Amino acid sequence: MPSADPNAITSDVALVAASRSGDRGAMAALYDRYSSIVYSVALRVLHDTGAAEDVLQDIFMQLWRNPGAFDASRGNMVAWLAVITRNRAIDALRRRRPENDIEDVVVSVEHDLASEADRSRTMVKVRGALQAMPAPQRSALEMAYFEGLTHSEIAGKTGEPLGTIKTRIRTGLLTLRKVLAT
Amino acid sequence: MSVHEQFAEDLALHALGSLDGSERDALQKHLEECASCRSELELLRGDLSLLALTAAGPKPPARARERLMSAIAREPRLPMAASASEPKQRSWWASFGWPGLRWASAVAVVLVGIGLLWQNSTLLRNLASERARFTDQESKLRQANEVVATLLDPDATRIELVAAGNKPQPRGKAIYQRRTRNLIFFASNLPPLPAEKIYELWLFPANGGPPIPAGLFKPDARGSATVVNPPLPQGVEAKNFVVTLEPDSGSHESPRGTPVIVGVGE
Repeated sequence: MPSADPNAITSDVALVAASRSGDRGAMAALYDRYSSIVYSVALRVLHDTGAAEDVLQDIFMQLWRNPGAFDASRGNMVAWLAVITRNRAIDALRRRRPENDIEDVVVSVEHDLASEADRSRTMVKVRGALQAMPAPQRSALEMAYFEGLTHSEIAGKTGEPLGTIKTRIRTGLLTLRKVLAT
Repeated sequence: MSVHEQFAEDLALHALGSLDGSERDALQKHLEECASCRSELELLRGDLSLLALTAAGPKPPARARERLMSAIAREPRLPMAASASEPKQRSWWASFGWPGLRWASAVAVVLVGIGLLWQNSTLLRNLASERARFTDQESKLRQANEVVATLLDPDATRIELVAAGNKPQPRGKAIYQRRTRNLIFFASNLPPLPAEKIYELWLFPANGGPPIPAGLFKPDARGSATVVNPPLPQGVEAKNFVVTLEPDSGSHESPRGTPVIVGVGE
């Protein structure tokens, strides 16, 4: 397993620490680094540029108000931002109040995502893994992740048994992990 | 890693946020006790974050950055205390040759140290006090903003309570601060405006001078209206406020129409 670039990780941590001290420039640097990922994920879920901008604003304002929510010792920033953004976007899609505090979300990634090049390589691998999956499995995973459908809703929509959908989602995720580990 | 098989699929669903009810409660209870399932949940979230990367592509518009930076500028923070892990300096006083001078130096260093400690503790106390004051002011400001936002929100529900059996009458409330020239006026139950008419608020000065225009307004469908901080001259003592029904066009510098509601004083 490749280890993360220590300089890049230190840099994220240093920027979060600086923003904790009220440094707006550090916050701007974090925004410049990760706004594209946050916006892309929100847009993919919401299909609405205005709503995606609102989620983008919300995520970075939460980081500004509570920089301690990001625990650098237990994951890297881009993975954490991707997860909390997807959750916020699904909340917005379902017009419900946010269900989880961002500090409760701990994300563990064993892959190197520190640099733009690392992320691009990973993206290509994940897209390849998705394409290689059986279509019903890929579809179940994408409906659950990007449309925020529950396993019951997916089962209702596809006419498949509930247990089959649960298995497809889990094995789909484990397949991604396995492909990226090679 | 050993994940409890009976929870394996539920962990993936929980990472997606699609587990609810008794299934979620049972898993939450198990997670409190099972470190390996907690680790697996964190790994599953990591797998999901990889899925998010496939969405990468579009960039946010430049206005989104400006919007964020403006919002951040409106929420300043006091800097946190500096890190305690400062590098240690090399001992320098041992270079003095005379024992007596060394002792004198040591005493001087101790005295300076005590002075610095005292100064440091004073500064820390001041900083803590300033922080507490800032937090308190921030809290008050947030409350004030919320109150004003609620008062001015056109979507807020406004219900006036009157004596049972009475028909609601047109009413108004003016809150005026002469020193700051701030004026907030609320009206309710105003009759719908006739064609080509508009309501106008007037400030009647305590010195008997001519009435000063304090804002034109149109009520909403429920007869409610708000006027906030109209332009007013400096330092005018108010004797009364009056709302008149005025022609929509022409000058609005002096009353031409009929009074609709008139102040009665506090």
